[in-house]
This record gives sequence, structure tokens and C-alpha cells, in this order.
Amino acid sequence: MSDDALSFFRDHFDLDDRALTRTLDTTLEREVDFADLFFEYTTQDSVSLEEGIVKSGDRHLQQGVGVRAQVGERQGYAHSDEVTVESLDLAASTARAISRSSGGVHSVAPTGNGRPTHDLYPVDTPPTEVPIERKTALLLEMDAYARQLDSCVQQVMASVVSQYRHVMLVSSDGRLSADVQPLVRLNVQVVAADPSGIRREVGYQGMGGRYELERLLRPEAWKPLVEEAVRLAKLNLEAQPCPAGSMDVVLGPGWPGVLIHEAIGHGLEGDFNRKKTSAFSDRIGERVAADGVTIVDDGTLEQRRGSLNSDDEGTPTQRTVLIENGILRGYLQDRLNARLMGVEPTGNGRRESYAHLPMPRMTNTFMLAGEDDPADILRSVKQGLYAVSFGGGQVDITSGKFVFSANEAYKIEDGRIGAPVKGATLIGNGPDVLTRVSRIGNDLELDQGVGTCGKDGQSVPVGVGMPTIRIDELTVGGTEG
Amino acid sequence: MSGSQDLTFIVERALERARSAGADSVDALLVEADSIEARVRDEEIDFVKQSRERTLGIRALVRGSNGLRSALTSTNDLSPAAVDRMAEETVALARATAEDPFAGLPAEDYATELPDLDLFDPSDRGIDVETRIEDARRAERAAREADPRITNSEGSQVSSDFARIVYGDTRGFRGEYSAASHSLFSEPIAQQNGSMQRDYWMTRSRRLADLEDPGDVGRRAAERAARRLGARRVATCEVPVIFDSVTAPSLLGHVVACVNGGAVYRGMSFLAERMNDVVASSLITVVDDGRKPGGLGSKPFDGEGQPTRRTVVIENGRLVSWLLDSYSARKLGLATTGNAARGPGGAPSAAPTNLWLEPGKQTLEELIASTRRGLLVTELIGMGFHPITGDYSRGAAGFWIEGGEIAYPVEEITIAGNLGDMLQSIDAIGSDLVWFGRTSSPSVRVSNMTVAGQ
Repeated sequence: MSDDALSFFRDHFDLDDRALTRTLDTTLEREVDFADLFFEYTTQDSVSLEEGIVKSGDRHLQQGVGVRAQVGERQGYAHSDEVTVESLDLAASTARAISRSSGGVHSVAPTGNGRPTHDLYPVDTPPTEVPIERKTALLLEMDAYARQLDSCVQQVMASVVSQYRHVMLVSSDGRLSADVQPLVRLNVQVVAADPSGIRREVGYQGMGGRYELERLLRPEAWKPLVEEAVRLAKLNLEAQPCPAGSMDVVLGPGWPGVLIHEAIGHGLEGDFNRKKTSAFSDRIGERVAADGVTIVDDGTLEQRRGSLNSDDEGTPTQRTVLIENGILRGYLQDRLNARLMGVEPTGNGRRESYAHLPMPRMTNTFMLAGEDDPADILRSVKQGLYAVSFGGGQVDITSGKFVFSANEAYKIEDGRIGAPVKGATLIGNGPDVLTRVSRIGNDLELDQGVGTCGKDGQSVPVGVGMPTIRIDELTVGGTEG
Repeated sequence: MSGSQDLTFIVERALERARSAGADSVDALLVEADSIEARVRDEEIDFVKQSRERTLGIRALVRGSNGLRSALTSTNDLSPAAVDRMAEETVALARATAEDPFAGLPAEDYATELPDLDLFDPSDRGIDVETRIEDARRAERAAREADPRITNSEGSQVSSDFARIVYGDTRGFRGEYSAASHSLFSEPIAQQNGSMQRDYWMTRSRRLADLEDPGDVGRRAAERAARRLGARRVATCEVPVIFDSVTAPSLLGHVVACVNGGAVYRGMSFLAERMNDVVASSLITVVDDGRKPGGLGSKPFDGEGQPTRRTVVIENGRLVSWLLDSYSARKLGLATTGNAARGPGGAPSAAPTNLWLEPGKQTLEELIASTRRGLLVTELIGMGFHPITGDYSRGAAGFWIEGGEIAYPVEEITIAGNLGDMLQSIDAIGSDLVWFGRTSSPSVRVSNMTVAGQ
């Protein structure tokens, strides 16, 4: 695919290596430490259904180039939607304006074949080239199926989103890297009403990844998704107000791994640690989690939403151990922060688009499996909360405080799953929460491919995962005192 | 910046091409944006960013026997060939969607006069990045000098955005305007006894001259961060909760999500069946005004060419109007309120312009003084609001109030309730209306919420 990516840019924008080297030299004329050019050409389409009809379709084309120059900690960035030699030169002179003196490397002509180390998500058919009629047919089938499943279903909203992104990176140290990144996603949201019609609740499910759109079109993929959305909406109709206070919490496998992402992952991003603004700064080698807790970030998993062949600075992705048996081992790095901290980049330099500066970001972040039987873990809790699925979360990197909201949770009473509760919000302290993990299940699961992470105004697709775990004494926010 | 003639030409071309490809009606929106952005951390520049972007959005409606089929495309490749191709693709895409009897351009009268709303100061156009970087430096320095406990920061950030918006449709509407937005944001970190706290202050306006003084921004940010040091948890309890003018707008934002025409016709709002009911305390009056001079959400016409206007949404506690675009208005059998928001990448949808809660007479200090025991919330995190039920549960940080005075900072707690009950039980409103964005609220006190902690 990468050969296609390189020739795509050469053909599409009529750029040759000489023009690129010349632009890099313009950027470097006033001597910067590092410079790179990031080219992007992304198409995206989506169709959405509500009220039983496919009301709209959309298609977007985004292309452009970002030019970056680095001097010490400073970065200059200019981007343009016109990919011409003239606009490149203009952007380059803007980017280099940040440099004042010192430093100085010279541009090396790009070499190599641009082929990334990995080939994690080859597809035969770009998802944006699957005829729109097949996507609309899928949504109509999902709508009919949801309504047929249960008469309490009042409203079905569904959408299918396809993205196909070409990127190419050329840097002053001679790196040339290109990639083609497919991304698909299917969402369904169901509104259910109780027989009186007074109480109404929502159930949501989604799935996706970097694979053929064809996979979403199979009934064995979308039917369980619809069933799950309907089940969740009905469950919420019966859910009681959530108890409030400090209690033992069991988190189910998979999507609850968003806890790892919020409570730990962000705090281990290199930029915050280089600037020492993270609650985890200067804590490498220290115990930050209970024995048995091992957390990794792995951008090399095939077809996962958070995976990349190489990051948006051309560094191949890898598996990075963040916490090993409770001990903090590493941070997530882009090139700038790795250079300033004197470590190697970890393939976590990501950007939303050519219009954004790269930053250290997560890929797929998860806790490895332990040895406990999940049923035993539940049985070990006398009174508490069992949280199976989550909506969004957020963290304050500096104080370490994080929060996330459950959209499927139950009371645990005498080791048994009790009544469903709604509106459970969990809050805790990142550097401390994993020290209170007392049981780790043998049932590691990754999420279904719906995660999007926001940082500094930039959104990137990510994955999370976790086995069933028990956390002692976590604050649960609800309305029942 | 390109001559506006170029932009108009592109819009005309898109309309014409989509029309000749078989569309019944078409609209096109072109946004040209020039931006500078920079961040300073301590004495060092962290980054400087400059950009120019132009994006065209085309919406095509194709006639069927029972309504219109619609589709939308966007592109930032504005070469004539690309515009032609996108216009044709929009029509082809529309043919693959369903007929919708409610789809279409507005039937209401379009905006005729386009008032100057003071969205842009031409003399700001020449601002160079160095001048804005100096603002960031001044804020950063002020923050670091304000308190010895300020030892670090995430930096002080500035931005200046200039946009030109050109819109036209096949009903014959043509409109364009220029707007600017400038901001300064400072986020210092305070440190004491091995623990760290961050907070921020910001200023944003249409004119550079209207921004708060950078030194004041830095000092206020520093004061907010330092006062959080030593925060602790509190025991789970039910108490009055005061939202300050930084956190109260998010509460109003949840209300907005529930009076939005799209949520109402979909039944995705707990207020959907409550028009003309008393839904809030009699102290509550909520107004949306798209023509507030210099407002960060002001615009002479909305995303469908409709005149923007003043709409009272809640009057003394009674729900009196939704915020509508023409589609949600037709679905509800009403007329648009001129609240269609539109970017090149999306179809029009209802959204507030400048929306605020009418201020009361008491200062925040007076609100605190009249609270025997309770919580002042200065930061909210997480996304625990469900529009369909009104259920509300979010992470919070702030200050414990004891005997009408701030006792100590608190963190790692959640506050929960139901928005419907919370609106009814607002028993005091502050006088401190500050504009950080398009939705603004003075401090408010909710008489009772569940606080979860230890």
C-alpha cells in the first residue's frame, strides 16, 4: 500500500523529491534542528438514517501540507490547503521564522522507499469506494431489525462512516514515509419507551476499525450491534438511580479500559512529563500500580482503530510497556519530546490532520490479563458497583483527577449482580487508583473500535482494553445518598 | 486574503454546476480563514502556527415524488475542476438518499439588510504574530510573578482568526461578511508539598482592543490555580451548590441542548413536551440574540440566509421558544428562529448564537455569604449529562462553604441531580455575566444536589 501512497502524492500533486528537498532547505536556511513536511489527502463519506429513512449523505475531501521547523523547544508550523511548490515555499519560510540562531543541521535528501515497517491494514477496496447504495441498504436493514426486535423501540438512528487517508512525510534527516489508512465505523442508537410512554431511554453501540467496509455489511457483525443497543435502551428503562459514595467497584472487560486511557495514559504522554506538569512526572521506576498490573500501548495490532503503520512523524509504531507489574517503566513519545528528554521516540507522534502539530498520543492502550476468574472477582465483593460499559471520560493531568461515566452498571449485593443503575460517574486519582486494583481477570478484551481521544483541540482514533478488575474504594457519583 | 470576488465566483460556480447536474435547489457556503496562534511557556516560545484555509460546502436537494433528497459535500481543493466534480458528486449522492417531505431551503423571508454587527476591526488585520506573542509573554510573566507557589505552567496561548463567509443559494440569496476572533488563555501550575494544581483564565473578543489586559489574565489564572492547593475530598452529602461564572455556562449549555429543534423533533430532550410550561425557577430568563453588537456568536444572517434575531427561550421560568433552523421548524410545524448554524462540512442545524442567562443583582461573594453550608463549583470534568432524561452527574472541583465563607478547596468529588429539578431549584443568580464564548451565565445557586465523596 505504501508504494501506492508515494506514487499517489507524486502523481496527484506533481511533486518530485527535488522539490521536497528544496523546500526543506528553505526551511533550514536559517538553521533549525529539525524540519518536516506532512502531506495529507483524505476522503470521508457518511450516510445516516433516522425516522426510518436515510435522510442524508455526505462526502468530504481534505488535502493539504503542513511544514514544521524545530529549534530547541520551539516549533514553527504553517499549513496550506494548496499543495504547490509555491505554497510549500511560503509555508516553509513562515515555519522557519521561529528560528533565531544556533543549532543547525543540514537537510539530507530523502531516501528509502517510504515503506513502513508494518502493513497492518491492507484493504482491497477503499471504504470510500464502496457504492453508497450498499451503505444505505445496510442502515435500512438495521432500522427494520431494531424495530422488529422489540415494540418498545421508538426511534433508531444509525450511521456508517468511511474514511480513506493518504499521508506522506519527508523530514530533514532524510526520512521518507508514506501510508494509506482506511477507517470505518458503524453506529446505532436506539430510543426505547416504557409502555406508558413516559419514560424514555437511549441505548448506543458502535464498532469499527481499519478494515474492509464489507465486514460491517455482514449480518453477523451488525445484528449483534443492534441487539446490544436495544438491550441497553431497555435496561436503562429499568435502571434505578445510582448510589453515591465510596465503594468497591468491579469493571468489566473491554471498553471500561477507558479508565486506563484517562487515569494513566494521558499522564504518561511525553510532553506533560518533559514539562513536568503531569502527576506522573519524574516517577519512572516507582510503584504506581498494584503488583500484577501491566499496561502497554500498542500501535501494531492488526486492523485496530488505534493502530498505525507509522506515526504522523514517520516513526514506526511499536508496543511500549508503560507499567510493568505495578512499576512505571516508560512514557509515550513523539520526536520533539524524545529528543528533549534524551530518549527514543516510541511511534506516538500523532496529529489530527495536516493542519495540526504532532503531539504524543496514545494508540491502543490496555491492561494485560491476570489470572482470576471474572466470576470469582464479582463474588469477592460484598456490596459495590459492577460497571460494564462507559461513555466518555476526562482527566486533569496535573492534579491527576479523572472522571468517567458508566452507561451500563449494576449494584453488587453479596457477590451477586443486582439491579441496574443509571448515571454512575466514577472519579478518582490517576497515580493512586491502580494501587487499589486487588483482582485482575483472565479475560482481556479490547473495545469494539469506537474510541476517539481529544487533546488540545485535536481528535484522533484510539483503542482501549482491559480484563475484568476489582478496584477497592472508588468514589461513585450518583443521586442516592 | 483573496478578493471576495474570487470567493463569490466559486460559490456561483458550485450553485450553477449542481443545478445543471439535476438539483432542484442548492446552497453553497465558502469559508476563508486566516489564523495565527502561538504559545509561550515561561520565557520560551513553545510554538507559532500560521495558516490559511478555504473550504467550500455544497448542499444539493433533488426532487422526488414525495419530497426532496439531500446530500452535502465539502472540499478544500477549490480548483475549478474539483468544484465541478464535487457539485456533480453532491447531486449523485443526493439521488441515493430518501425523499424527505420536510427537506428544503427555507420558505421564510431571507435576510434583506445585513447590519454591521462590529464583528471585525479592520485595523486588527495587520496584527503581526510578534505582537500577539508579546501578549502571551506578559500573561505568562504575570502568572509566574503573581504567587511564589506558581512554579510551572502549561503556557499562555494567543490566537487571532480572521474569517470571510460567503453564502448563496438557488432561491437567489447572496450574503457575505467578515468576522474576527482573538483570544488569550493562560494556564499556570501551582505547587506545594509535592502536589500540583492547574487552572486558567481567558479572554476572547472580536476586537483586539476589547481583550482583557494580559497581565490581568495571567494574575487571575495564577490566583485560581494557587487557591486550589491543599484540596481535599468531602463526605457524601446533599447541599446547595453554587456554579461560578466559569462553570455555570456548561449548565446553560445542557439546557440549550434540550431546547434545540433537532433534539426536540427527535424526542431526544426531556423538555420536548414542555413548551409553555414552567420548567425553571421564576428567576430564570434565557435569551438568544444573534445580533448582539460584537458578540462572539453574532452574524447578520444564519446558515440558511435567514435574518438573525433576538429570541427569548425561557421567560421567568416559562419555556417560550425553541431554537430552530428551517428543517426542525417544519418538523415541528413552526417557523425558523434564525438559529441555523452551518459550517462547510455539515448541513444546517439549530444552535444558539449569543445565549445568556439574565444576571441577578448579587455578587458571587454575596451568594457565598448567604449559603450556610454548601459547595462552590469552579471546575467540571467528564460528560455525565443525558438530554433525554435530564440526568446529570459530573466530576467537580471547587470550594467548601461553611457559615457563609470559603472554608477550603475540594476535589475528587462528583455532583449529581436531574437538570429538570436543578432548574426549578435555582434560588439565587449572580450579577457576574462574563463572555468567554457564545453561551454565558452568571453564577447560579442550585438549592440542593447530591455531592459524592468519601
